[in-house]
Amino acid sequence: MLSEEDSRLLHVLSQDCRLTPEELSIQTGLTPDYISKKIKQWENDKVILKYSPLINYDLLEEERVTALIDLKLLSQRGQGYDKIAQRFLKFPQIKSVYLVSGDYDLCLIIEGKNMHEIAQFVSDKLSPLDVIEATSTRFIMRRYKQDGVEFVGEEERPQRLMITP
Amino acid sequence: MKHYLSPLVLNLKPSGIRKFFDLASSMEGVISLGVGEPDFTTPWVMTESAIFSLEQGQTMYTSNAGLVELRRELSKYMARKQGLDYNPDNEILITVGASEAVDLTMRALLTPGDAILIPDPSYVAYAGCAAMSGAEVHYVPLRAEHDFRLQVEDLQMAYTPNCKVLVLSFPNNPTGAIMTREDLLPIARFASEKDLLIISDEIYSDLTYQGNHTPFANLPLMRNRTIHVSGFSKAYAMTGWRIGYACGHPDIIEAMTRIHQYTIMCAPIMAQVAALEGLKSGDSPKKEMIMEYDRRRRLMVHGFREMGLSCFEPLGAFYVFPDITVTGLRSEEFAEQLLHEEKVAVVPGTAFGPGGEGHVRCSYAYSTEQISEALFRIKRFVQKRIKI
Ligand SMILES: Cc1ncc(COP(=O)(O)O)c(C=O)c1O
Repeated sequence: MLSEEDSRLLHVLSQDCRLTPEELSIQTGLTPDYISKKIKQWENDKVILKYSPLINYDLLEEERVTALIDLKLLSQRGQGYDKIAQRFLKFPQIKSVYLVSGDYDLCLIIEGKNMHEIAQFVSDKLSPLDVIEATSTRFIMRRYKQDGVEFVGEEERPQRLMITP
Repeated sequence: MKHYLSPLVLNLKPSGIRKFFDLASSMEGVISLGVGEPDFTTPWVMTESAIFSLEQGQTMYTSNAGLVELRRELSKYMARKQGLDYNPDNEILITVGASEAVDLTMRALLTPGDAILIPDPSYVAYAGCAAMSGAEVHYVPLRAEHDFRLQVEDLQMAYTPNCKVLVLSFPNNPTGAIMTREDLLPIARFASEKDLLIISDEIYSDLTYQGNHTPFANLPLMRNRTIHVSGFSKAYAMTGWRIGYACGHPDIIEAMTRIHQYTIMCAPIMAQVAALEGLKSGDSPKKEMIMEYDRRRRLMVHGFREMGLSCFEPLGAFYVFPDITVTGLRSEEFAEQLLHEEKVAVVPGTAFGPGGEGHVRCSYAYSTEQISEALFRIKRFVQKRIKI
């Protein structure tokens, strides 16, 4: 269980990870010293894995597509899911790998320049693998919300009155 | 046509906020810290349930007291969160905002010749509603040196034998002050001794940042003396829905319901449906908002202290109430000059009663970016005026 102090720290950090320990201290009421140590510990323990911005590529003139690929695995004696998942981790195109419940077993998130590139990757690299029974590829057409952030419509928010009791 | 107006209304002063509102609204590029409502929108589960109910054709009146499911759920919430038992059948009334609940309580209890004790500074509606019932208003000062907690000595000074009602309002608007159980005990003893009824407006009770909130009705012998007033506007970010409630002794709730029956009929059904959904979802819709307010609160208090203003630590609501006397300005001058020079809107403390002099109310229901920019501008303004 996270302590009340630590959940406060994680909350502020996940709103803005660029804040210095001094700034974090102001917003959490914890000492900069405690904060630095705690963050270091979380980094060492791999609780915090990476600090990365959330980028809206749709606004850049960049060719980039994302696809969700569901994989159904052939049951293989002696090979657990963990072992099979390992085989997908090393492809740099594959950004996420999840074990899921339901009709399929694994769900991958893949990024590529365009649909063609991803289709090529699926047919050349994934489908031939002997552990795969079936795949289903879905391309993301538009991003409305990701990681809790709305990508569209924010600017249309109605305004509050300037002063209220 | 003024001579047609009732003397009661002629003497009713417009809220001190109004004047400032007109001024700030006429200017461009203003950053406002003047808002008394959340910057979040209502949790979507609640909004969605109201939309669904409208689609299903739930567009009717409800019973005067409000949907029975809502009163039942509220009764459970009062037991779970506030440790108080109220019978949903005759001890809970659903109102159009806490505002209506305050108005009804005063109308049910006060007649001309009675007096009411109102903390100063506090929310603008109490004195106005009291005046409409023809009661005398006795202000009880809340003092900065006591972190704006009500002191029984000050109550004693303001008390006269015609005092019938005491208003309590903690966590407090505009100061952000809270009162602990220990702080409230002497007030409770005083109320028993003088046979006072209490209107306790606890609309910010879910927005506290240290320790647990103590409802006044929870103190020994206070349950039947207290009308507990609250609402969904603040903790559930529902200001525009207009939904609140009052809990108390059946005789008083029945009297209030009779007035409500003729003047309002019932609170809007869609707001009641949304509120019901909020209560059923427990604390989860509120949790993120509270964490975020806490962070902004700390940022703002730090900002004011750093620029050389003394600022006590508010532990409730979403307001900071810094002392601006070192600038040599009065509250209204400070707010007006700040608006003209730096285009930042704050509310002069005096809008909440004479006791607000020397302070301004700044709301932290804004993004950290807005707060940081506003603090930057206020610092520039203050540093030109601070007398060392
Ligand atoms: C202390 C206090 N009570 C009551 C209200 C009014 O609340 P409602 O929107 O429920 O009428 C407010 C709103 O600013 C408030 O600050």
